[in-house]
Amino acid sequence: MDLNDKRIPIIKIRDYLIVSIQVDMHDRLALQLQTQILEEIYRTGAKGVLIDISTLEMVDSFIGRVLSGMASMAAIMDAAVVIVGMQPAVAITLVELGLEMPGVDTALNMELGMEMLEKRLNKA
Amino acid sequence: MNEIVSDISWELLDKCPIQNEYDIVKARQIVRQFAKDAGMGIVDQTRITTAVSELFRNMFLYAGGGEVLVERGIVDEKNTLIVTCIDKGPGIENIELSMTDGYTSGGGMGYGLPGAKRLVDNFEIYSEVNKGTTIRVMKWK
Repeated sequence: MDLNDKRIPIIKIRDYLIVSIQVDMHDRLALQLQTQILEEIYRTGAKGVLIDISTLEMVDSFIGRVLSGMASMAAIMDAAVVIVGMQPAVAITLVELGLEMPGVDTALNMELGMEMLEKRLNKA
Repeated sequence: MNEIVSDISWELLDKCPIQNEYDIVKARQIVRQFAKDAGMGIVDQTRITTAVSELFRNMFLYAGGGEVLVERGIVDEKNTLIVTCIDKGPGIENIELSMTDGYTSGGGMGYGLPGAKRLVDNFEIYSEVNKGTTIRVMKWK
């Protein structure tokens, strides 16, 4: 189990947290990441979180729910979450599965996601 | 409890136990690899992987685990990947209800079974209360 219990690193750059999910997450790891990100928002006062899922080969209802839950929780901690880099096959499958992710902002890549967050922060 | 049986012409590719969360990840990766080997495109690979991930999680959460058979065979003259999930859990009392979008008996969102069904080409379910549930999904190449 030790090998599987790796933590997903969270990097802070200026006002943002950057998370790149590069493993096929089991459910507990997804929940742990959720908590970890919220703790980092609290600890650092970050205003935005970019979550890169470009290497994720599938998002099922559980992971989808964790991601959208994370966005709502971060929002009430005054931080915006943007999910970036979803693969086309993952997007197709999510819609066919019937999973909607209300309140989740997405961007095509990290750069556009960063722009999205910056615009939002400058407006506020 | 063998209302869903394998055709003798099918080839058993793998057998995976689902006992914990790591097994779910491992088993869905195995299914993806076989889908790839079968020559499925990336979207179909993702569909079958996502569908079985929902089923494996159900087995783990509601039936305390179970066993997965991955088979390959010809069904309706098509090359087919067949994944069968067998558990000895509490069974499903109302299958029709469990196949309704948004219905959940547990803490989930209720996308599991109906969502999985939409992602595959064939979906069969057999369940007996207090004996267990068998669900088989198929994806054509």
